[in-house]
Amino acid sequence: MKKELICIRCPIGCRLSAEWKGDFEELNISGNRCPRGAEYAKQELRDPRRIVTAVVPCNSVLQPCIPVRTDRELPKHLIDRLLNILYRSRVEIPVRKGDIFIENFENSNANVIFSSTITR
Amino acid sequence: MIQEETFDVTVIGAGAAGLAAAAVTAAAGKTTIVIDREDRPGGILRQCIHNGFGLRYFKEELTGPEYAEQAAEKAEKAGANLRLGATVLDMKKEPDGTLLLLVLSPGDGVRKIRSLAVILAMGCRERNRGNLAIPGSRPAGVFTAGAAQKLLNMEGILPGKKAVIVGSGDIGLIMARRLRWSGIKVEAVVEIMPYPAGLTRNIVQCLNDFGIPLYLEHSVVNILGRERVEGVEVAPLKDGIPQTERKFHIDCDTVLFSVGLIPENELSSSVGVALNPSTGGPLVDSGYETGVPGIFAAGNVLHVHDLVDFVSEEAEHAAQMVIRRLNGETAPGGTFPVKVESNLKYVVPNRCRNGQDTRFAFRSLIVTNDAELEAEQNGKIIWKRHYNYIRPAEMIIVDLKAEQLKEEGELTFRLKKGEKI
Amino acid sequence: MTYDVAIIGAGVTGASSAWHLSRYQLKAVLLERWADVCFGVSKANSGIIHGGFHHPVSTLKARLEIRGNLMFERLQHELGFPFKRTGILVVAFSEEEMSTVHKLYEQGIRNGVRDLEMCGRDRLLQLEEKLNPEVVGGFFAPGGGTIEPYRYVFSLVEAARRNDVDLKCNFEVAGADRQENTWLIRSANGEEVRARYVVNAAGLFADRVSRIFGAEEFTIHPRKGEEYLLDRNSPARPQRVIFPVPTEHSKGVLVIPTAEGTTMIGPTADPVENKLDTTTSADNMKRILAHVRNMVNGISPRDLITSFAGLRPVMDNEDFYIALSEKAPDFVQAAGIQSPGLTASPAIGEYVKELLKSAGLPLLEKVHIVSELAPRHEIRHEPIEEMERLHREDPAWTHIICRCEKISEAEIVEAVRKGHTTLDGVKFYTRAGMGRCQGGFCSAKIMKIISRETGIPMEKLTKKGGKSRLAVGRLGDLKVETNQKTSEA
Repeated sequence: MKKELICIRCPIGCRLSAEWKGDFEELNISGNRCPRGAEYAKQELRDPRRIVTAVVPCNSVLQPCIPVRTDRELPKHLIDRLLNILYRSRVEIPVRKGDIFIENFENSNANVIFSSTITR
Repeated sequence: MIQEETFDVTVIGAGAAGLAAAAVTAAAGKTTIVIDREDRPGGILRQCIHNGFGLRYFKEELTGPEYAEQAAEKAEKAGANLRLGATVLDMKKEPDGTLLLLVLSPGDGVRKIRSLAVILAMGCRERNRGNLAIPGSRPAGVFTAGAAQKLLNMEGILPGKKAVIVGSGDIGLIMARRLRWSGIKVEAVVEIMPYPAGLTRNIVQCLNDFGIPLYLEHSVVNILGRERVEGVEVAPLKDGIPQTERKFHIDCDTVLFSVGLIPENELSSSVGVALNPSTGGPLVDSGYETGVPGIFAAGNVLHVHDLVDFVSEEAEHAAQMVIRRLNGETAPGGTFPVKVESNLKYVVPNRCRNGQDTRFAFRSLIVTNDAELEAEQNGKIIWKRHYNYIRPAEMIIVDLKAEQLKEEGELTFRLKKGEKI
Repeated sequence: MTYDVAIIGAGVTGASSAWHLSRYQLKAVLLERWADVCFGVSKANSGIIHGGFHHPVSTLKARLEIRGNLMFERLQHELGFPFKRTGILVVAFSEEEMSTVHKLYEQGIRNGVRDLEMCGRDRLLQLEEKLNPEVVGGFFAPGGGTIEPYRYVFSLVEAARRNDVDLKCNFEVAGADRQENTWLIRSANGEEVRARYVVNAAGLFADRVSRIFGAEEFTIHPRKGEEYLLDRNSPARPQRVIFPVPTEHSKGVLVIPTAEGTTMIGPTADPVENKLDTTTSADNMKRILAHVRNMVNGISPRDLITSFAGLRPVMDNEDFYIALSEKAPDFVQAAGIQSPGLTASPAIGEYVKELLKSAGLPLLEKVHIVSELAPRHEIRHEPIEEMERLHREDPAWTHIICRCEKISEAEIVEAVRKGHTTLDGVKFYTRAGMGRCQGGFCSAKIMKIISRETGIPMEKLTKKGGKSRLAVGRLGDLKVETNQKTSEA
């Protein structure tokens, strides 16, 4: 199997080429100018993850929504599920920046935390 | 009688620049007021709910609201007064050299605010469809990327169901992901230049992740629909001219424009601050002081940055210069001009002083992976550095030490393209 | 109930007619097809009060233009809209063009226009320093000026309503029957209105309305005019309206110092098929820029803040058609009101009133009429002490919503409470969103205020009525299905 990627570990953006057999066996990365490029490609192919940010409706008089984020990268395949849950939730204020809204989402070890403090 | 208040320093704008500057002046014991239109501090950061901010300035990766909240805490802890929901309607220089602002707010009504120094930190606004005179009809569903971002992230309102994004600036890219993460389709991003205007990581994470096509060297030549947007016509460009015979239709109900930012300097101009046509921001010396003594500028009002961390740093530098001026340690104005030529769009500052640490910020006009940036003064190359990555989207920052700037004389920077591509 | 008069079309013609009729003991109604008044021809034009020299006095439009022009001081005093007699300069850049200038000047003199002044180059440059110094000559018409057309129409309608005229928006006339000496008028969505007399002020659609009532057959030809607006800080803003020498079909491409501080360049004059085609084009922008940069210094595409297009409703003979119908009873035609319709409008309203009178409508003056609107406060124009007083009255006066044009929350609330519940309606009433950011910063804030005042959820608000929804729903209404792939180059 073959795949082209762009490394985003630094602004240079090396064009990477990945080749492998079966379930990412004999994974070979080329095109990277530094070891971080190979690490990036391996992670991205085997277990792609992203920080997820969103807003959740809340009962504040100041603003109808409160921003949230995951406190670590979430496996990509869980992102849609998380977002659909968040948009249908409702936050009761007060909340503080860093408070946990959803703990260990789907056993991913990622918590959803508030990224803003709203007290009224 | 209109109430008058007096401060050492007035900061206009409580975004990243204003809050960072106020934290520094207030911590140095200068009475400081920060004036902002919105009810909460943080400026545009508050609607930038995505992560990627703060690694440099706060040493941790933050979302926009987190960065805003930390910056506001820092300013308030240092003793800065925040005057929110307040608009500066007018600014003038008094015969005694103080600066007098007319400020309106629902909380305090009409106030005059007098200070010894003003730091301009109003940020920028988005260039819009009207500025570009994009042809077609004028239906609902045409937004700047930032306006759509505000509707979605602050109000929870979906601006449309199927969008085309014009311009590949970072806000547009970030919005592409946000739209997809809100259940909205993104049919295309259309960019007139042969390369993206935004950062590579945003191309990868906001477009490629979702399979959103990026049309480079293409232009929207028509917006369709009478009541609500019904589609756009896109044409490839040849030598910058749309090839309308090769135009194609994209069905959509929403068009977002992410086509550049303009420093917001109408207030600055009204008090006589001269602007640099290359940046849209004030001409400043290496102390970030504008041509009007006592008025300083930092952040996106001075020139448009790509990283908020640099905005905060620049504002801190400016604030330190304000403190030195208020303490009588420096005089206004630089002693020699700073110029750019070949492949550089601009430099900040425009004048500087010998024997003083100075930060220079540049924007390239070219894409290259092999270039040398050099500084020439009095016929000698006084400094140079090799770069293996230069993009117009990414600002170049150079810090020169006092000992590197020993002499007087016009300082010219140029970017020389190397052999490699 | 049966109205005495139904006026079809709440543009400048209908609004002026309504204002004139509202002084009499009768009940009138304005029927408007769009969501707000002044959303058709009257919204998108150059906003010029013309000088009375462009057309021969043998035409109805010239006679009404000349009379209308003289009525604006009084109207402004009564209704308080932005209007300024800036004066008009017609300028020539060749001896050939000068011959047209002479003809126009003489026509103006024959038309009885006072104070026209032939000017040489030096005098022109003295009158207007922004002119290209290569100007050869021209003339000065001090009686010309600029007006905010929508503000003018809004205030006419508001004054008429204060005097008991009814307004029905979203009323598109779809049918009409004559029953027992009255007209039964039906709208496209099934509403009905009865009236003894009808005025056809339907602008682009006057031909269709005439047909619906079985009146004269004629055709309104839409002729498009594109306009481009420059930032109020543009160095090109002249003191006076600058006209080139006219062409056969239009008065040419002008440079206009608008009544509210921006600079407008345009219009084009191109016939189009579709009466809803208000698109702008890249070619016309280039044409306009090429024309005006030759006349006035300092015009730069960098200062563009927006563009728009309007359609002139043109009759075959190019003149106004204002007359009692010879086919349909008690039916007044007020059609073909293209340029100089805005200038002529006060006289058109009067003329329509006289026609109705001649058709038997009794005109008895009311004992009590509201002859003046209370002056409108605008925070950007108030002295500091007045700002302070307004703030004590309502803190919303010192809450600035539109930063570019400096419009307060109180002004926006006033617009909404007066019935302007679309984003464009608020914009044209207050100027909020008309400045350099074109609503980028304030649209969401204005939507919140409209929603709060009307109870309409934010996502259901429209730009200009109908299907022009500004949003499609709330977060969560659409399912997120990104089916995320891994990164691809």
